[in-house]
Amino acid sequence: MPTLKIPAPLRPYASGESAITLPGETVAELLEAAVEKHPELNKHLFGDDNQLRPFVNLFLDEENITQLSGLETPLAEGDTVLIIPSIAGG
Amino acid sequence: MTKLHIPHQIMTKIHNHGEESYPDEGAGLMLGRLEEGERWIESILFLENAREDGARHNRYLITAEDMLQGEKEAEKQGLSIIGIFHSHPDHPNQPSEFDREYAIPWYSYLITSVQAGKAVDSKSWQLRDDRSGFDQEEIIKVDSFQPKGE
Repeated sequence: MPTLKIPAPLRPYASGESAITLPGETVAELLEAAVEKHPELNKHLFGDDNQLRPFVNLFLDEENITQLSGLETPLAEGDTVLIIPSIAGG
Repeated sequence: MTKLHIPHQIMTKIHNHGEESYPDEGAGLMLGRLEEGERWIESILFLENAREDGARHNRYLITAEDMLQGEKEAEKQGLSIIGIFHSHPDHPNQPSEFDREYAIPWYSYLITSVQAGKAVDSKSWQLRDDRSGFDQEEIIKVDSFQPKGE
């Protein structure tokens, strides 16, 4: 099963876990399983339009999934997906 | 009020970075630990301000790729990304409306005011969960990492 790594700001919404291993054959399925297990994660990952929030980025190992097949990127046994926020300010 | 413990040496590095980046904004990541709800910074990562040339004096951007490297470095050190530091050239160390719009709850946002090229003072802030504004954190300068019980 693939593993989803969770950055510190989202851990309070995932029972404090920094990584969760869940079933999922695509990135979308992995996120769905994560939200099912930790429903509070949903509002921090997805906006009202059910699209990923703009500052939420997902990497399969070193590669941004936007460079792969997006949320439909297939996952293999043992893959690691990282949730990475991008940061801006003024 | 949340407590943010920072070694003197790291605060000096953050101030130096703000001065070296002047008149642009300088930014980076603070790595550390949570101990009984208090935040302890153990190291920092200086990052390139990825904003375009004309905007770097009043904006900063840390790309997802830089954050990925930050997460990997934190993991290597057994730490977490606790927050982000950045400078406000010739402006106070209060969060701007732009800061509020783009901030993420939970992280500590340490802002250093750099006046005429000289770092003056830093304050740390956390965005409220409802995104209505920031709450100030208490900065406690320490000699080194010294969490309770050690």
